Amino acid sequence: MIRVILPAHLRTLARVNGEVELAAPDLVTVRSVLDALEASYPVLRGTIRDHVTLQRRAFLRFFACGEDLSHEPPDAPLPDAVAKGEEPLLVIGAIAGG
Amino acid sequence: MSSVRVLVGTHKGAFVLTSDAKRKRWDVAGPHFAGWEIYHVKGSPVEPNRLYASQCSGWFGQLIQRSDDGGKTWDAVGNQFSYDGALGTHQWYDGTPHPWEFKRVWHLEPSLTDPDTVYAGVEDAALFRTVDAGKTWHELPGLRQHGSGSRWQPGAGGMGLHTILLDPGNPERIFIAISAAGVFRSDDAGKTWRPTNQGLRSQYIPDPTADVGHCVHRIAMHPSRPDVLFMQKHWDVMRSDDAGESWQEISGNLPSDFGFPIDVHAHEPDTIYVVPIKSDSEHFPPDGKLRVYRSRTGGNEWEALTKGLPQQDCYVNVLREAMAVDSLDSCGVYVGTTGGQVYGSADAGDTWAPIVRDLPAVLSVEVQTLQ
Repeated sequence: MIRVILPAHLRTLARVNGEVELAAPDLVTVRSVLDALEASYPVLRGTIRDHVTLQRRAFLRFFACGEDLSHEPPDAPLPDAVAKGEEPLLVIGAIAGG
Repeated sequence: MSSVRVLVGTHKGAFVLTSDAKRKRWDVAGPHFAGWEIYHVKGSPVEPNRLYASQCSGWFGQLIQRSDDGGKTWDAVGNQFSYDGALGTHQWYDGTPHPWEFKRVWHLEPSLTDPDTVYAGVEDAALFRTVDAGKTWHELPGLRQHGSGSRWQPGAGGMGLHTILLDPGNPERIFIAISAAGVFRSDDAGKTWRPTNQGLRSQYIPDPTADVGHCVHRIAMHPSRPDVLFMQKHWDVMRSDDAGESWQEISGNLPSDFGFPIDVHAHEPDTIYVVPIKSDSEHFPPDGKLRVYRSRTGGNEWEALTKGLPQQDCYVNVLREAMAVDSLDSCGVYVGTTGGQVYGSADAGDTWAPIVRDLPAVLSVEVQTLQ
């Protein structure tokens, strides 16, 4: 089981409370986790990464295990603790006022 | 018993304001999509409980929401807006070529005959259409690719396609307007397009009478007379009596001919409304007085409508989508401000009262007259 923590607006959009739990892909990477997330919650397509290029939206970051993984290749394996469900993958929105 | 539903898009959500035909007491519902920018909400003229909303955010991009119960509940539909074919370039602010890049949907225009068909005007300027109630969106690429696109340039607010007018007498004819490119017309249901800007004069472009490059803020028509168009431009209020083939200035005695919205009375095709704004560098009303101006002569002769509107210390703006009319008798007129007020008049503009005072900045106002 993979755990994902979404920003508040995306939790509202996906109609979920708290963490999202997903079946673990064979290889746990940012790409495979987002694939699984979007398959379970199609409304999130286009909100975290571009529909076509799959590039991360500029004001979002991916954190896990105290590290910023946003600039890692999308097919790089995520830390074991994420793959085992011990730690969540966090999707973080840039802080801004207004 | 008739009633009125006002659909308000704001910087931080959508609101639905409802009243009976007296338009004295209002129910305010919302915010829907709290915290998101709602550029536009509009209902289908053939199925009024079918609403579409453009929801966007700098963080999470574009969403389109659909309601089938008049705005009580909503479901997200398709949000993929991919330009058709080669991207091409338009001019950037510094005049260099810049590839088209989708940013947001400014305007949603439901079909006059089919509740599942909707046109979407987007930034960077292009026209999209859905025929499956928003599940999928496809560009009508003839507009962007008709030849002048490489010369279009964004205004300070971006290069948005913000107005879509469907001719009720001719399903093949569509008008659209882009800041800062101008008005374009299609006579084959959106396949091919040409600029219709003759008579416009804009000092802020190298050739003031060029065929494209004009910062048209809004155009409006009365459905009974679709060849007559009214325009609020970035300076100048204009009129065309030949479906955009030529334009004449009708600013007349306005205190300023800068402004954003323009609309037409529901029952009097020559009665039009604008909200003069001091200038393009001071986006608030002249003299701190919010005045809607009405012409009953199709332009040139204007009267200030002030009763019930703030007449001192008022420094709000009324954006291009933020004026609408209902079709009750007498015609209701509505304006939303960047200060979060929505003012309504149930007597064609003679007197006004705030429906709601403290919303987030209002981006758009649409009205549905329900039977």
